[in-house]
Parts: sequence; structure tokens; C-alpha cells
Amino acid sequence: MAVTIPRPAAPAAPVQAAPEYGTLPSYRGFLSWLTTVDHKRIGILYGCTAFAFFLLGGVEALMIRIQLATPNGTFVSPDAFNQLFTMHGTTMIFLFVMPMSVAFFNYIVPLQIGAPDVAFPRLNAFSYWTFLFGGIFMNASYFVDGLPDGGWFGYVPLTGPIYSPSMRIDFWMLGLQVLGVASLAGAFNFLVTIINMRAPGMSLMRMPIFTWNTLITSFLLIFAFPSITVGLILMMFDRFFGTNFYYAPNGGDPLLWQHLFWIFGHPEVYILILPAMGMVSEILPVFSKKPLFGYPFVVYATVAIGFIGFGVWSHHMFTTGLGPIANAFFAASTMLIAVPTGVKIFNWMFTMQGGAIRFTTAMLFAIGFVSMFTIGGLSGVMHAVVPIDMQHQDSYFVVAHFHYVLFGGAIFGILGGIHFWWPKFTGTMLSEKLGKWTFWLVFVGFNLTFGPMHFLGVDGMPRRIYTYSTFQGWSGWFGYDWLGWNMICTIGAFIIAIGILTFIYNAFHSLMGPKNAPNDPWDAATLEWSLPSPPPVYNFRVDPVVRSRDAWWSWKRRRQAVEAGENVATVTLAGHELGHVEFEEDHPSEEYLAQEANFTHGDPSTVHIPNPSFFPLIAALGLVTMAVGMIFSYVLAVVGFLYLIVAIGGWAMEPTG
Amino acid sequence: MPFPRASGIGRKLLLLGLCLAVLSLLSGCAALVPQTTVIPKTDAARKIQDLYVLTFWLAVLVFIGTQGGLVWILWRYRARPGHELPPQTHGNTVLEVGWTIAPAVVLVILAVPTIRTIFELETPPTVSANGMPPLVVEVTGKQWWWEFKYPEYKQPDGTELTTANEMIVPVGRTVVLHISSDNVIHSFWVPQLTGKIDAIPNHHNELWFTPEEAGQYFGQCAEYCGVQHAQMRMNVIAMNPPEFQAWVQRASNPAIPENTQLAIDGATAFQQNGCAGCHTIAGTSAAGQVGPNLSHIGSRTMIAASIMPNTDENLARWLRNPQEVKPGSGMPLLNLRPQDIDALVEYLHSLK
Repeated sequence: MAVTIPRPAAPAAPVQAAPEYGTLPSYRGFLSWLTTVDHKRIGILYGCTAFAFFLLGGVEALMIRIQLATPNGTFVSPDAFNQLFTMHGTTMIFLFVMPMSVAFFNYIVPLQIGAPDVAFPRLNAFSYWTFLFGGIFMNASYFVDGLPDGGWFGYVPLTGPIYSPSMRIDFWMLGLQVLGVASLAGAFNFLVTIINMRAPGMSLMRMPIFTWNTLITSFLLIFAFPSITVGLILMMFDRFFGTNFYYAPNGGDPLLWQHLFWIFGHPEVYILILPAMGMVSEILPVFSKKPLFGYPFVVYATVAIGFIGFGVWSHHMFTTGLGPIANAFFAASTMLIAVPTGVKIFNWMFTMQGGAIRFTTAMLFAIGFVSMFTIGGLSGVMHAVVPIDMQHQDSYFVVAHFHYVLFGGAIFGILGGIHFWWPKFTGTMLSEKLGKWTFWLVFVGFNLTFGPMHFLGVDGMPRRIYTYSTFQGWSGWFGYDWLGWNMICTIGAFIIAIGILTFIYNAFHSLMGPKNAPNDPWDAATLEWSLPSPPPVYNFRVDPVVRSRDAWWSWKRRRQAVEAGENVATVTLAGHELGHVEFEEDHPSEEYLAQEANFTHGDPSTVHIPNPSFFPLIAALGLVTMAVGMIFSYVLAVVGFLYLIVAIGGWAMEPTG
Repeated sequence: MPFPRASGIGRKLLLLGLCLAVLSLLSGCAALVPQTTVIPKTDAARKIQDLYVLTFWLAVLVFIGTQGGLVWILWRYRARPGHELPPQTHGNTVLEVGWTIAPAVVLVILAVPTIRTIFELETPPTVSANGMPPLVVEVTGKQWWWEFKYPEYKQPDGTELTTANEMIVPVGRTVVLHISSDNVIHSFWVPQLTGKIDAIPNHHNELWFTPEEAGQYFGQCAEYCGVQHAQMRMNVIAMNPPEFQAWVQRASNPAIPENTQLAIDGATAFQQNGCAGCHTIAGTSAAGQVGPNLSHIGSRTMIAASIMPNTDENLARWLRNPQEVKPGSGMPLLNLRPQDIDALVEYLHSLK
């Protein structure tokens, strides 16, 4: 019930000039990017680097598609083809989707929870530099011995010392270890940030859904990565020191690697998709003008997916002969995980149901996600049926399935997220017209590329083949070798490429334009939209106080009520009259007041801004030096290790301001 | 609104039906798509196919339901000018419980036949339909070809009947494949016969099937196994029992090469150019174990791991430069003289 409560006037305080990017010396020039510990700048670094790797992985994909467009392709050699598909997969997973998700974690999560930065800003910078150097290190293999060629899954014995004596696998294996350090450091950072640094009043069940997905993803990373780390260490011992963990003739077991890899590898799938699900769960409500339907159920479903995701790994191994008991168990657990996934899809649909849907570019990608991810989910359930999987495993049907999940899912989500948060990241608006071109080109190209792969798989085309023969029937119709599914896939891939180029043009065009993005261009619901675009260094002038889910949305609705003159309560803060507020209950609207104070009257000079530091960059160099040393000279590895120790020491001693 | 809604859905259904018709036509012709998974030719493959059909239609139902619902919501609730703030609904517990249970029910419908079929495919019948015990074939994946041994049939010297890349099986008798590898991991997959299983060092895996009609079935390695994974193919020929018996008789005894000068020169060239170091030809001193057994190469329909028809031209091309046909293959460039190639083709093709 509405009660009018007079507010006592707060003591007047002088409003201080806010430190802006341009006025702080540590935020100018090239060096400032090397030493930055600002989560927003690190987010931008992550995003740009990941996008560059996306283009690299995309070019690799186009080369694969050119080779496979026609039978007996001669565009690349078999050896080059194997390098291309290995690095396409590795790049897209470890160097694009994961770090791009981390870019969003970085930029968005502290803003959503009302924090000035992440919990460990220098560790955050260390994560970025380690990721960058790890990615460069792995690709540097090209200039030494050719790119890695063991597949992104690196099955032994093929990747063992006997069948892959070159240095390619060494680069891959050690590169993944370096990237793993970056991921783990980032995961711990976000875990602590989300647990400890939420704004007053933001209980877990008031947390924005993207932050929830970040939290679960961090848990998954922390529990999944140790498994591949162990697997890679055993591989390293086999390759460098002649052990026999995986070497069958001396009693090792190649299946050990597969278990260790997939205990990591399946949660990894959710590590890739959950952040995108989080983005979509933010976008759909905003452009439907409704809150997320069934918020607690979406949260529980996410948690359930996180748990069950650790119990399904052997569905990647249905054809390895685990026996009927194990196969039946993993078939059932895999089907089980479809239930929480389905709950999410229904909740997304009912978020839109009854709303006022605006078809912006971000919204189109989010809707595309729901639609395409459902298709990927259906083919996923088909793979849970073990006998069907015995036909589809390692065929193009699987390639179709996981591209519907990872491209139609994760990448659609990311593209939606980019279009959604672009004003916040850059202060500029993307062209909606070009954005729609991007969406439709990517959407049509995507379905042309990966839809026909279902048919190719049913027609018996295996994955990872560099060539096929005319008589296998994958290149034509009714015996005519013309415009078969493979050619259509290739055409689709180039349409996607045009779509991505459209986005790049749009991005550059908008960056050249005026910085005129409003704080809240979409009428969104979460706290980041209460801040200027882009937000100032310190984010919030004072801690926002949260009294409900969708804190910014409900604050805006209150403000509308004030402007409409509903109920009368003159409220002042810091000597300024804020307006008339209707208070629903005994709480004076602290949330309202704090928000208002935030971007008008608070004193940001008291917000702690961590000092820039060279040490994250320096320490990350030590890690990659160790990796280089393991391949070329153990002396260098020891030097790298000692250097890393010294760098960590310097880091620990550095005053933090 | 240009089209009434009903005809819109009708058009979609028509389109879907058309797509399915095209799809079934495409996959329907095994001669045009020899590795199709949806035209089973054995009892085991049929079990998989039955499950696939059930799953496929369930998936189609869910697909139409969800995508149709999505499209309807997008159309019905699109923002229109003058729209006020829509009702701020936060959720509905009954709905949540409903759409948790409904998919679970669908999945149980799927899980029961799945688990039954898993167990059925795991255990080969001990007695074939024709009353005989199953025929065992030992399959070994190599880089990049397949070796098949028949423990039941011995050659005069006591070794097992051995062939490569082309497996001959009888119609009506259950075949059990014992599958392994002595190098990297491969996967044996001839879709029309049954699903695939991996060939893993130190692991013993089995597949079984009972061919239902005579014919040639194509397949290939399904697990990435190195540079020539793409051209590690095989085919299986199912013969009616009399022909199969004749084949066993022929294949378990050394082939008698043609008695022409060219063939004799070929036999000499085979010994002189090092071929015998890697290949075995029963009845000769060639006993190499590295490459495929060539004892009856002349009777095979395909060569070089089932990638091209076994014609004189193709064999000559292969001998001239195997690295051009299959870069990275274990068969080296031998720089054979043209007359040796002619002689070798004559000799090898006479080994029937």
C-alpha cells in the first residue's frame, strides 16, 4: 500500500569532479593498454583478440569448404587439410568462443552486480595475456613445423610420439596447457567476484541471469579443466620422457586419454553454451518488454545442466566398446540433460509470449538462438540413442549437430550479445539496417551450410575426410555430379562470411561516427544500463542498492511514476530535490535514491581504482617461455620457470595504491 | 494479412512433405549413395533403422511443435504502434512442472527401446538363422587399409585365409567381426550392414550382422587416423552360400598366375623391386606383413583400400606413383620402369 514518507534532507556534500578516462594518465596511450587492470579494457582486449581468432578460424573453415565443395578436391593437400580442421576446431573453441565469453564476463558482470572491478584485477590482466600468448604460441607452430594435425580432440596413439613425431602436437598440447591456466585464473576470479562483490541487496536470486550463467560457467571451468590438464601432462610425459600411459604395446591404454579428455570435453560444451544462454536470457526479456519468464526455474535448469553435464561424457565414446551397461547409463543421463535444456527453451518462448516484441538485430540473433539451438538439441537427443549413434558418430550428422549448438547456439548468442551491448562497450550505436543484413545473411548462410550436413551424415559421409569420390554420392543428384549437398554447404559458408564482413563494416562505421549512444538505448533491465555509455573508469559513483530483480527496470518504473506525479513525497539528497516518490511500503526507496545519486551526485573520488601494473604481462611471458622451452630446450624451460617465480615475487611486492 | 493462417501452415506442411520426399528419394537409392545409413541390408542394421524411424518422427513432432509455437508467438506478440507496457508476468509453476514432465515422458518412450536395442546389438546370436555357428572374421585396422582374417578357413600352409579391404561374407549366416588395431585408432563402418565400432589397440570389439541379400556394400574408416584417413575405405561383398563356398575354396589356395611371358616378368619384377618386403602372395616367397595381402588381388573389385576400381589403368597409375593417388600412403614411390609396371599389372591381375 502506498504510504507517503517524508525524507530528511541529507547533509550537503560538494560534488567532486569525476576522474574520466581522458584525465587519468594511466588511461592514455599504447602503454596504458599493456598495463591496464580495468575490467572494461581487459574485456575489450579479450573481445578484439577473440574476434581476430574468429576470423582466422573462419578462414580455415572456408578453406575446408573449398576443398570439399567437389569430389577429389585439390585446393589443399591432405596434410594441410588435417591441419586446417584441427586448428579450425581448436581455434573456434579455445581461442574464440571461450575468450569471447570471457570478454562479456569482464565487461558486463562487474557492471551488472554493481562492482567497481573484478576481485583480482591484476590476475584478470594475467588471464588475458596468458590467453593471448597461448593462442599465438599454438599458431606459431605453423612457422616451425606446420600447424597441429591431431584433431581438436587429439586422440592417442595418433598424437603419441610414434605416429606424430613432429613438433606440431607439442605446440598443441603445451598451448592448451597455457590456455588452461588463463581459463582457470579467469574462472576463479569471476567466482570470487560474483560471490563477494555484489551490490548491497543483490541476493543470489536477484542476480541478473547473465551473471548466474557466468557463475555456473566458472564452476564448470574449475571442475572440468583439471581433467584435461592431467590428460595433457600424461601426454607430455609420453611424448617427451618416453612413458607409456597411452602406449598400448607396453601396457598403456589409449582409452584413458578419451575418458580424461571427455570428462573435460563435455562440460566444455556447456562452458561454451552457457554464457550465450545468459546473453539470450538478457536480450529476450528486454525486447519483449517483460521480465524473464520463470527466472528461478531458468536458474535451477542452469545449475542442473552444470551438474548433469559432468555425467554424460561417455556419450562421445559410444562406439569404443564400453559395454551395454555403461552405454545404457550414459544414454539415459544424456537424455536426462535434455529436460533442463527444454525447460530453458520453454521459458524463453514464454518470455516472449504476451510481450511486445521488437525485432532489433540483437533480438533476431536471440530468437535465432532459440530456434537453431532447439534443432541442435533434437539431433543431440538422437545421438543419445546409442544404436543411432553407432551410425551417426563421426559422420557429418554430428558435424551438423554441434554446429547447430555451437554456431546456431553459442555464436548466435555472442553476435546477439555484441549487438546488444555494443552501445555500452563503445558509446556508439550500430546501424540497425546493416545489423539486419548481418543477421539474415548469417542465418541463411548458416542453415545452408549446416542443414545439408544432416543429409550428408545420413548418407554416410564421415568427418575429417579431405576428399571423397564421385561414386559415394555426396556431390550430386541422381547420378549427376552437380550442385550436391557439399557444394551447397560451401556456398552457405561464403554467405556466412559475407554476413560477418557486413558486421565488421558496421562496426568500423559506427566507431568512426559520433559517440552519442544513450545510457539505456533499449530500455533494459540490469544495472549496467544505468551508467553512461561507455561507463566511467570507476563504474558506479556509490554502491547501488538493490531491492529487486531487474533493479534498473524497477527503478525506471518508479521514476516514471514520480514524473507522472503519482503520490507526493518530496525527496532530497545532497541538497537537491529529486522529485516525488510513491513508496509502496515502509522502505523509503533507497534503491531509487542510490540510483539517482549514482550518476548525478555521488562522489567517485572515493571509489578504489587499482593501479596499472606491468607484472601480469611479465608473468604471462614466463609461462609461455616455459612452453617454448619444453619443445626446444629444457634449459629455457627452467629459465622461464625461474623468471616466472621472480615475476610473481615482484607482483606480490608491488604496492597496489 | 496476405494469407489466412491455415493455408500458411498448410503451405509449410506441404513444403516439409516435399523436403522429406526429396530426402527419401535421395537416400532411397543405395546405388547412388552407397554408404547410406537408412537402407539396412542386415538384421542388425534393421534394428538400428527401426529405432531411427521412431526417433526421427518424434523429433519431427517436437520440431514442428516448438518452431511452430515460436513463429506463432513472434507473429502474435510483435510490438505494434501504441502498444502499452505488456503485463509483467513472472512465471507459472504449473507450466514449469508441465514442461519438465512432458519432455521426460517423451524421453522415456525413447529410452526403453534404446536400452533394449543396446543389449540386442551387444550379443550376437550363437546360432545363425541357417543353423550354422556365426562366421568369425578378424578385422585389423591399419594405416590406411583393412586386414581381414578368417580363422575358420586355413590355407594349405596352415595360415588363416587372409584378405584386405574387400571382405566376402555369406548371405543368411551371421557374421561376427572381431575388431582391433595394432597402430592408431580406427573405426569400422559399413553403414548398410550395421553401425560402427572403433578398432583400438589392446581392445577387442565386436560387431555382428546377418546379410540378407547378395550385393556389394561400401564403407570406410570413421575415426580420424592420420593423413590418409579419407581414403581408408573398404567394401563387403555378400554372396549366396554356393558362391561363397566357391570363393573360400579359391581364396584359401594359392592363385595360379597366367602363364604368359608378361606375367612371368611381372612375378620377377615383384621380387626384384622390393614388393615382397611388404606384401604377401600365397604360394610364393613373398611374405611381407607390412602392406595388404595380395594373394588374390586379381579377383578384387577395388584397389588401394577400396578407393578406385581394380582396372589395369588404375593399377598402373597406382604402381607408377602411389604418393600422387594417396599422399602419405605407406606404399612408396618405387620409380618402376614402364615395362615393369605393365608386367606387374599383368601378373597381379592374373592372381584370381
